[in-house]
Amino acid sequence: MEQIITAIGAKYNYIMYVILMMIGLYAMIVKSNLVKKIIGMSIFQTSIILFYVSTAYKTGKTIPIVPYPAHEAVRAADYINPLPHVLMLTAIVVSVATLGVALALAMKVYRQYGTLEEDDINENLRSEEGK
Amino acid sequence: MVQHLPALLVVVPLLTALSVSAFSWLSPRLCLPLTFGCIGFALASSIGILMEVIANGPMVYTMGGWGVTIGSEPIGIVYVIDYLSAPILVVVTAVALLNLVASSKQIDRDFSDKKGTFYTLYILFVTGLMGIVATGDAFNLYVLLEIAALTGYALIGLGQPRAPLSSLNYLFIGTIGASFYLLGVGYLYIATGSLNMADLARFIAMPEHSSSTIVMFAFIICMTGLFIKMGLFPLHGWLPNAYSHASPASSALLAPLTTKVMIYAMIRVCLFVFTPAYVFGTLKISNAIVWISVAAIVVGSLMALTQKSLFKMLTYIVIAEVGYMVGGFFLGNRMGITGSTLHIINDAAMTLCLFLAAGAITYRTKSDSFSELKGIFKRMPYTMTAFTVGALAVIGIPPTCGFFSKWYLIIGGINAGHYGFVAALIFSSLVNAVLFFRIFEIAYFQSPGDSKDHHHHGHHRRKDKMVEAPLSMLVPLMIVALSLIALGIYTGDIVTHVIQAAIPGGIS
Repeated sequence: MEQIITAIGAKYNYIMYVILMMIGLYAMIVKSNLVKKIIGMSIFQTSIILFYVSTAYKTGKTIPIVPYPAHEAVRAADYINPLPHVLMLTAIVVSVATLGVALALAMKVYRQYGTLEEDDINENLRSEEGK
Repeated sequence: MVQHLPALLVVVPLLTALSVSAFSWLSPRLCLPLTFGCIGFALASSIGILMEVIANGPMVYTMGGWGVTIGSEPIGIVYVIDYLSAPILVVVTAVALLNLVASSKQIDRDFSDKKGTFYTLYILFVTGLMGIVATGDAFNLYVLLEIAALTGYALIGLGQPRAPLSSLNYLFIGTIGASFYLLGVGYLYIATGSLNMADLARFIAMPEHSSSTIVMFAFIICMTGLFIKMGLFPLHGWLPNAYSHASPASSALLAPLTTKVMIYAMIRVCLFVFTPAYVFGTLKISNAIVWISVAAIVVGSLMALTQKSLFKMLTYIVIAEVGYMVGGFFLGNRMGITGSTLHIINDAAMTLCLFLAAGAITYRTKSDSFSELKGIFKRMPYTMTAFTVGALAVIGIPPTCGFFSKWYLIIGGINAGHYGFVAALIFSSLVNAVLFFRIFEIAYFQSPGDSKDHHHHGHHRRKDKMVEAPLSMLVPLMIVALSLIALGIYTGDIVTHVIQAAIPGGIS
């Protein structure tokens, strides 16, 4: 039991990102409102950003800003890894762009059907096909 | 000059896309020539790169000169163009150029006020795909994947009234796929500390990494992401609606390229990141994936049989073809992988041919349901001839290219002892024959007045008159149809000079 607790304590970041990811996935699958689905998608993407950033952390180490000229030899082990943060800047841009495209498409859907509820839209489509 | 082409291939279209959207405010008429010039440049440089690769071996381009290695780790992004990526680059750019010419009339008609937007998205989409093919960096692949995907969603969303909803559903599923891939890359980075593909392959070949569960999890989640993106059978739900509700101008670009480039990405990640020894040896999952693709082939073919409109039917054929390529690759032997790689090229050409012909038909008839196809042979003889060539290629009749890649796939299946896959291929060919001969029957033997009242003779005669598609559509269509036969005739050369060199030596 104690081992499990220490394991969870040491790796809680992974558990948190999986929980967030599942919340996002749940919203995308279960919710019928398109905007709620888009919010779910955003949570899903953010969970992966958190995962990346959390992997960069090293206990007790500092931010990777080195004074110039350096007073002593720079050792990479003394600093947290900056690369995941940089990668995630790109991923944030991608997720913002995805959000933008998704909201634009949702607006087009709303203009056409007058609703964002998927059930209503499907009913609308079915009655259109019935005609 | 030649050594800088891999970078220019992506940079030039990226900047042209910007200028096209700026020019659309000043003079919309300039958009088409600019787009044409840009994609023409991309095609010319892809051919140049292919020649260079065949003559002097793979090219490695280090972005900004950041290739200096500290210890053993390359820093910065590299573009690697080898025997596998060079032919795919030519295919991507050639398909984009032919479709641009063929669809220009359609674009004028459907998007007269949004031409600038359409052409900008068109160039960006092609840029994304070229980047996916050229890149040698696992994270860069994700970014380019999303560039291609986001522009793809927008291109689909511009289509029919129902398109935005289909596109939004595609966006949800596509985002999950890309995010899974990103997550897999994250785990690879944790395990190895590198993002460069060649470097990753070196790490994974080491025993401590090839036995690690982190790497295995990374493989599974990367593959799941790519399978979602390519629409492999249980994950194909987004594909039919997205492609059939899009405007024919966009679907003739998206359908031949998106799935094929995703399969290329899968082959790249399997062979050059995870290494063949790991994928086919250490992991015991290739057999299961072949069975999944057998299911994809069977279900895709059967679903195609139940459709009542041309574009819907073609999208289900695309799903079955994805099964061909994934299954052939995971057979894990040289013949299967050769067939799978060859089929990427052939299937892009076949799908383009069928979608262009279907686009030309809908351009004239305004509908793609089978009932509109009655007597279409008399009205559009040239379009239907090209359609017939495309259909014969999909069925796999000898002089066309479809036969040869199927032949390699079947030999691969027999060599691997996987008779379920062989049976699925033959079954699918038979179903395709039924599918297309049903269309030929409607198009050739049924006259348009059949079910309608017969006393409107004037009306009847008007429907029999030839209303062929415009020349700008016919010429590219004919080029594609001829290329299907040319690809078939030159299969031997393509396989010996390019594809055999593309497959790593360890695979027997």
